[in-house]
Amino acid sequence: MRIGVITFPGSLDDVDAARAVRLAGGEAVALWHADDDLSGVDAVVLPGGFSYGDYLRAGAIAARAPLMRSVVDRAHAGLPVLGICNGFQVLCEAGLLPGALTRNGHLHFRNRDQALLVERADTAWTSAYTTGQRIVVPVKNGEGRYVAAPAELDRLEGEGRVVVRYADGNPNGSSRDIAGVTSADGRVVGLMPHPEHAVEDLTGPSVDGLGFFTSVLSSVVTA
Amino acid sequence: MTAHPTSPGTSQVGGVPQLDTVELAATTADTEQPYAELGLRPEEYQEIREILGRRPTTAELAMYSVMWSEHCSYKSSRVHFRHFADLPASDALLVGIGENAGVVDVGDGYAVTFKVESHNHPSYVEPYQGAATGVGGIVRDILTMGARPVAVMDSLRFGAADAPDTARVLPGIVAGVGGYGNCLGLPNIGGELLFDDCYLGNPLVNALCVGVMRHGDIRLAKAEGLGNKVVLFGARTGGDGIGGVSVLASETFDAEGPAKRPAVQVGDPFTEKLLIEACLEIFAADLVTGIQDLGGAGLSCATSELASAGTGGMHVDLDTVPLRDSTLTAAEILMSESQERMCAIVEPAKVEEFLAVCRKWDVLATVIGEVTDGDRLTIDWHGERIVDVPPRTVAHGGPLYHRPMTRPADLDGLQADAPPSSSADLRADWLAVVSSPDGADKSWVTEQYDRYVRGNTVLAQPEDAGVLRIDEQTHRGIALSLDGNGRFARLDPYTGAQLNLAEAYRNVAVSGARPLAVTNCMNFGSPENPEVMWQFAEAVRGLADGCRALGLPVTGGNVSLYNQTGDTAINPTPVIGVLGVLDDVRRRVPTGWRADGETVLLLGETGAEFGGSAWASVVHRHLGGLPPALDLPAEQALAGLIGTLATDGTLSSAHDLADGGLAQAVTESALRHGTGARLRLTGDLTAALFAESVARAVVTTTRPDAVRAAAAAAGVPVTELGVTGGDALVVEDVLDLPLAELRAAWSATLPALFGSPEAAVGTVPAGTVPTS
Repeated sequence: MRIGVITFPGSLDDVDAARAVRLAGGEAVALWHADDDLSGVDAVVLPGGFSYGDYLRAGAIAARAPLMRSVVDRAHAGLPVLGICNGFQVLCEAGLLPGALTRNGHLHFRNRDQALLVERADTAWTSAYTTGQRIVVPVKNGEGRYVAAPAELDRLEGEGRVVVRYADGNPNGSSRDIAGVTSADGRVVGLMPHPEHAVEDLTGPSVDGLGFFTSVLSSVVTA
Repeated sequence: MTAHPTSPGTSQVGGVPQLDTVELAATTADTEQPYAELGLRPEEYQEIREILGRRPTTAELAMYSVMWSEHCSYKSSRVHFRHFADLPASDALLVGIGENAGVVDVGDGYAVTFKVESHNHPSYVEPYQGAATGVGGIVRDILTMGARPVAVMDSLRFGAADAPDTARVLPGIVAGVGGYGNCLGLPNIGGELLFDDCYLGNPLVNALCVGVMRHGDIRLAKAEGLGNKVVLFGARTGGDGIGGVSVLASETFDAEGPAKRPAVQVGDPFTEKLLIEACLEIFAADLVTGIQDLGGAGLSCATSELASAGTGGMHVDLDTVPLRDSTLTAAEILMSESQERMCAIVEPAKVEEFLAVCRKWDVLATVIGEVTDGDRLTIDWHGERIVDVPPRTVAHGGPLYHRPMTRPADLDGLQADAPPSSSADLRADWLAVVSSPDGADKSWVTEQYDRYVRGNTVLAQPEDAGVLRIDEQTHRGIALSLDGNGRFARLDPYTGAQLNLAEAYRNVAVSGARPLAVTNCMNFGSPENPEVMWQFAEAVRGLADGCRALGLPVTGGNVSLYNQTGDTAINPTPVIGVLGVLDDVRRRVPTGWRADGETVLLLGETGAEFGGSAWASVVHRHLGGLPPALDLPAEQALAGLIGTLATDGTLSSAHDLADGGLAQAVTESALRHGTGARLRLTGDLTAALFAESVARAVVTTTRPDAVRAAAAAAGVPVTELGVTGGDALVVEDVLDLPLAELRAAWSATLPALFGSPEAAVGTVPAGTVPTS
């Protein structure tokens, strides 16, 4: 199973995402932002980092990279796509996910081990979890406050498109404690917390994040 | 831009601006030059004239002024480094003092390079950018050695926590360290945050970077090979940081003086991230014969150091340097400390491939000159020769001072003024120590740093040492700690430097690592004050003697002088970094207690030693007496014991005892995961809880007999303190501290001083660790 991990200029957690794919049992394929071709991968991860230094708006420039045209086209056809942190910002800027990520309410970058509640356990990236499951993964961002118009938030909640919600405190002021959302078909998922940093006991606060990567492997098999 | 003394790249001859060329300088010996404004003394200026056999051109004067600054030339401190040179050779040291950073063999063909550098003065003037570029600079030093930078640490000191100027500088410095390191994708794995009145007006910002490479990947800064090209790559050159090393870092702040903001550099971590990736690709393809980063003194430093380390000369065409500001003069271009720039020596046949890698990473790269035969560094500007110097005289020919030294007049009185030795209220004192700004939870700071990126962080703050995995197959790892107790060094700089070394050594050892090598950052007041110079010399001698006793090499270091505002110097602050290696990083030992029912043991011996202690400082506002007695053989025995116990998995936790003594250590171990303990203490309870005797650690285990047996064999005293469990720290018949009360006191301090993020977005108390 080949899972692509895109490197943009300023991507930082690409090595982590690739490691998580490998630990889940997949083959990580390095993808370069300036290429056009997705190299026949079965799913794509947009990793965390500061693509283009967060200049203009976080994710805004990366969303216009040549490779993103292919990602958007294939996502519309059902390709599983996961955006983590900066990757989530890119997916919002690329129009694959609704809403936007803005400067944290307290204006600080913040890194902590964060409790989350899984609300959707049937997306391409969360089928390894159970609905209502509580997990702990690191969160680390300066521009992670999820915002959307109230009507849009109502619609997302009504359609069940909130995938994970912050529990035991909201680290950045996100609307309605939303930590991650999905596309209407459940194939594209974006979240601010970092499941790829919770895949080994040695280095993470838990191994709760591994489920995102095992989920997509089974979803690709069954798709 | 503000007018600057170096602005005349031209000189006025008969009212007509004229480029100050070598030719002109040879015929206008009497032209007055602003050497004093550039920080040079009359005798230094005379020496430059003698070297050149004429007056220097404006551009040459600029180069000499920055390279002969205290910051670059170590002219006051260098004479004392012979103590390090006298240390016995170490097999572990692959590259020693003199290169950009030392390189240490950590086994399995891996080499590690690490170094700590100060950015004190810029961070006081412009906290965010000063701190950010401090991180950027040390990362480039590590990169220059051929290594991939893998982590950073920061050692920070401020004036009183509630002083208005601390509120001005601290948030910006923390945001700057975080902003730059986070954006580079380097985990911050530890450091220090301390407060003392002596740092008001002179905060200390020491940044460490560590990098990993294979033995064969080591790169050196030298320009060799006639006809090889000099390539400048990275950011464009701008007007920021002009004279940073001479005007800013090498002078005392004067409350009445002009604003020095233009001398602070402005950082762009995104460009540096691209520079790192481009460099590593360039190294992997073997495209350079020599490389140097541009930091303090900019192009002046890079060109003169590369040329003087090589076999020939160098010629540079300054018109080819890409600029941000086309009005810069030649002298300004040579002195600019614009960040995110590197200089490489590339064989002509490899230039095209070099430029292609840079294009891939959107890094600007320009051939600006070449290696020449002969032994001169020549620089042309607008078709005229403006620099023609022997490069060694610029890079290494700076003056060497034997500054007068005097033992501080107040030292005898200070040492005779012993601190109180008995606590009137142990419980109140305990809460006071752990809730003091030095003892309190540092989450307010460390939450602003990414500790997870790259996925190899095994331990990070608030652990005793930062621990990184460097190989996912073999599980080889490294540990690092930075420690610099300025109170001890104030009471006795010779012993104080060794105590700091001992603490960093102990911190690395209790994490389960074998200490391997030492780096340092010496923060002191003005070397023109004989008492400060004595403190410096004593600290260097102490560090060298300590390293000799422990059998550790010093791999390099950094000296920051003139850390004072007005006449009052900071406490002498030798910050010592120790690197250790773990053959199997899965055997690391954390500080926190997780399980109930484990035996709590104290390793080492406690005496009634309160001189320079946190307890004396917090409770009695007292600094006096003698620091704790040094015992390096006991440190070695403790380190060896914990190494053995870590390897066979006997320890559940280990925590070094230092500032705040046992009370501070068990508070941190208990609050880490919310596990209390019931302890029995006998004898002098003030000493038991608050003394800062050396060579001690508190450990927990399910196999106390195994620990006792190993300790007896190692000659380390063991005292059973009690058992973990419950939701309080209880000292039987003495006091009872519920963890909730302890946590509230410990975690409230910094948010109360610097603002709580929760006020804006939520209600999670800082320092709590969610469990899955």
